[in-house]
Amino acid sequence: MKIAVCIKRVPDSETRVKIAADGKSLDEAGVKFILNPYDEFAVEEALRRKDAAGAGEVVVIALGGAAAQETMRTALAMGADRGVLLQTDAVPADGFETATALAAELKDKGWDLILCGKVAIDDSSHQVGPMLAELLGLPCVTAVAKLTINGATGVAEREIEGGVEVVEFPIPAVITADKGLNEPRYPALKGIMAAKKKPLEVRPITLGAGVIQILALTPPPERKEGRIVGEGAAAVPELVRALREEAKVL
Amino acid sequence: MSAILAVCEQRGGALRKVSHEVVTGARRLADALAGNVEALVLGSGAVAGSDQLGKFGADTVVTLTNVAFAAYAPEGFAQAIADRVRAGAYAAVLFPASATGKDLAPRVAARLGTGLAADVTDLAVEGGAIVAVRPIYAGKALLKVKLTGAPAVISLRPNVFTAVERPKAGAAQTVASSVAAGRVVVKEIKAAPAGALDVGEAPIVISGGRGLKEPANFKLLEDLAKAFGGRAAVGASRAVVDAGWRAHADQVGQTGKTVSPTLYIAVGISGAIQHLAGMRTSKVIVAINKDKDAPIFKVADYGIVGDLFEIVPALTDAVKKIHG
Repeated sequence: MKIAVCIKRVPDSETRVKIAADGKSLDEAGVKFILNPYDEFAVEEALRRKDAAGAGEVVVIALGGAAAQETMRTALAMGADRGVLLQTDAVPADGFETATALAAELKDKGWDLILCGKVAIDDSSHQVGPMLAELLGLPCVTAVAKLTINGATGVAEREIEGGVEVVEFPIPAVITADKGLNEPRYPALKGIMAAKKKPLEVRPITLGAGVIQILALTPPPERKEGRIVGEGAAAVPELVRALREEAKVL
Repeated sequence: MSAILAVCEQRGGALRKVSHEVVTGARRLADALAGNVEALVLGSGAVAGSDQLGKFGADTVVTLTNVAFAAYAPEGFAQAIADRVRAGAYAAVLFPASATGKDLAPRVAARLGTGLAADVTDLAVEGGAIVAVRPIYAGKALLKVKLTGAPAVISLRPNVFTAVERPKAGAAQTVASSVAAGRVVVKEIKAAPAGALDVGEAPIVISGGRGLKEPANFKLLEDLAKAFGGRAAVGASRAVVDAGWRAHADQVGQTGKTVSPTLYIAVGISGAIQHLAGMRTSKVIVAINKDKDAPIFKVADYGIVGDLFEIVPALTDAVKKIHG
């Protein structure tokens, strides 16, 4: 199994967002960055598929600044064999530009599977995986929580509103991973040591301008201050009254 | 005259309600651009409810029919829509950012060779250009973007563009589509248990966290949800989903769902930043927690401090009296 996994460096989900002085981006001072949690599921799935096949290669590809190398080492420490960083000054606001750059890197290399996270928890665009598939002409299933592969046929389950869709598709394919697909491993010390010596190729690239231009990044509107209506079960009548008469939601 | 294409969604031959929201969003753009709204429905035949789209502002309703369109056919749908867009002169193409829309919109955008503004919560025309607002970092910040693509491809977050009745002609037109179904085939939809609402779509969400102490105690929240008469869904914090108490489909927060119900009740949830990000746009928030300093009270409109095992049953009884 020859598998590529597209990964991204993102701010930790516990980050308190502060807007930078340009009014258009995140102030990164003091922010902890992690491997996008949905990409962890993708990396884990790739490692398990390669192990099950008994042979193959897992290559992680990222697009971003030099600091993304640290995130890539996390995936290498989990067990990926090598990495390729498509180095840019910044990740573009237009996911199609990212998908185009990834497609150029991944095309015609004989992958059995290309895995991505279903969404990056920073810009929440949930689009690079399916765009990449379209650009490569590969079948794609998104937000996969269960995956079975028998020979050249895959069956995936993905959550939809009020149910689960069961989807059949041929391999090779692009799959985007949802939570539930597996339990990602923690890199062991041995893996962390080994990751330092694994090949990580850095290749500077230039991206197109794209069609999505950032005008401003602002904090969400503050919620108006609420109140504690009381303590214990005795406060329930006052809560119900407030929900009926003030908030008018009951 | 600019045309706006509103791609609607159906399941089992019936239009989904989110389609009304997409047509409403399209109408808003069309009014600002002095244009028309074309609602696009894909089905194996006539789709029930598509005759209602005129009411929400569709000038025309086009149904693309193909035997392969009974269920969602990702590649067939993407090709049929991309072909339609290429043949017209649309200023914008709008999708719902539903589970299907999140899969379909990027495919269509890629086929058109353009970007996608996903999960948009506000849309306007400023100085002749389409601008959109997207929550990023799970709603901890709002990104305002200008779309310079022709057409602009946009998906709209469900439950945000409240459907507004703006009656237009809604002239119906059926066009046979000859595209192939594609390689990715939906074989089956396993429905959730009858009556179970999706956390992302329910008007009332009652979420539980570690304060519930053990999985079986979620019954308290399910009872409260039932008291609301089928309008409430039970959600969960990341901690209890990671512990395997509840399904990931029910998780509210940055690595789960972002929800905007009319009423959100957080029970035994302290309010980690990643959880608050997923529910802070709810209309009214109620928090029940034993720790009066829990961060959840900072975003709650109404809070009760105390033992949830006493408070929740009392609330269930009170709600039953109102709805019962």
